[in-house]
Amino acid sequence: MIYNNPYQSVSGDSRASGVAYYPMRHDHIISAKQLSRADIEEVLDRAAEIATDPTAVANRHEDALLGLLFFEPSTRTKMSFTASIKRMGGDIVDMGSVESSSVKKGESLADTVRVVEGYADALVLRHPSEGSAKMASEFVDVPLINAGDGAGQHPTQTLLDLYTIRENAGFDDLTVGIMGDLKYGRTVHSLAHALTNFDASQHFISPESLQLPRSVRYDLHESGASIREHTELDSVLPELDVLYVTRIQRERFPDDSEYRKVAGEYQIDSTTLETADDDLTVMHPLPRVDEISHDLDETDYATYFEQAHNGVPVRMALLDLVLEGDR
Amino acid sequence: MSDHELRVSKIRNGTVIDHITGGQALNVLAILGIEADGGDTLSVAMNVPSDRLGTKDIVKVEDRELSQDEVDVLSLIAPAASINIVRDFDVIEKHRVSRPETVSGVLECPNHNCITTEEEPVDSAFDVLEDGVRCQYCETIIREDLAEHILVD
Repeated sequence: MIYNNPYQSVSGDSRASGVAYYPMRHDHIISAKQLSRADIEEVLDRAAEIATDPTAVANRHEDALLGLLFFEPSTRTKMSFTASIKRMGGDIVDMGSVESSSVKKGESLADTVRVVEGYADALVLRHPSEGSAKMASEFVDVPLINAGDGAGQHPTQTLLDLYTIRENAGFDDLTVGIMGDLKYGRTVHSLAHALTNFDASQHFISPESLQLPRSVRYDLHESGASIREHTELDSVLPELDVLYVTRIQRERFPDDSEYRKVAGEYQIDSTTLETADDDLTVMHPLPRVDEISHDLDETDYATYFEQAHNGVPVRMALLDLVLEGDR
Repeated sequence: MSDHELRVSKIRNGTVIDHITGGQALNVLAILGIEADGGDTLSVAMNVPSDRLGTKDIVKVEDRELSQDEVDVLSLIAPAASINIVRDFDVIEKHRVSRPETVSGVLECPNHNCITTEEEPVDSAFDVLEDGVRCQYCETIIREDLAEHILVD
């Protein structure tokens, strides 16, 4: 039996048979570097429309199947992609855990995505290796969305981060502090790239051992971005409109005592923020461990749960654009 | 003919790579996949005085011509090199190397977490920057010791 996939139909006029025809407007979403300001604003504008009236898109992609390939654990990203396609009438086909898939038998990523593209209209991939999403995209014709490739990029997180920033602080004359693990943090790399499209000063606060990698530094320099690096938050905190906190992971340090010492210097609570602007927006891609104290959760600073919730309208908007036809 | 040129004898057929950056000849052999026990007939001169470069290396390889990939990587470690194709003792073709925009399949990404270092059907690929190369997959930049990252079969 040949599965006639209306989303992938490119020959003949599928509309004549009453089946929606959806040419792929956007290709793969691999890196925040590929997104222009216009691309970003298009997604954010559409996300805002969807957030205002989600029912307007409730059946827009009712035949769409989204293939989920998560080679690493995920809560927010996987669940919000699932919620997003379902809220537009579509559904998911999920590879499940690596342990229960053919990957366990030694199947390559290239083969896996080539197989799964036959089951789905777009793929969402999370994989522990840097460059995995780019490589996988070279083997498939359906759009592939990078949901995190090792310490590389996480462009859809960045889109929801930018949505949250726009809603809370705006993009004009913006000063953002990004703190924590800047070396391995893929959300940091993507956000830093994307912010170069806007009128934003970026301050990077981290221990020396976890500063931005050479490749990101190179790109920021090439883009002419305004950036400064710090080892302490105190000196820059009063200037910030947004403080984006990330988790420092235990496995990045040779021993536990060194980790505790360093990680402790990059934790924030209401006392830490005494010199902050009243309108400061505190963000975190989550999950947090103890880098943001729970005593901040009920303050006006805390925006990280709103940020996580924004994952749904933003990913709905992105999927809508990726799968969009001539409506 | 000066003493310096006499140190390396002529070849009948093959390739003479001249004006190699002084000290890089062994890395050139690595690029060409030539090993001591490989049976290739070759002559190597190192740190020969050169008007243009101060010192230069020369490699002559019998019965061997270079692929474009090999020339591309050669250009990264020896940007002033010239390549002479020799047939029956005559130089029938001579050209300088030029820096390519990309090099593929000849350098190994030093990032052990890069997808190109895994068992996947993909060649390594690097964009050539002004002062180094950059992995097209994981974006790792290599500036120093490029020759250490040459893929060996």
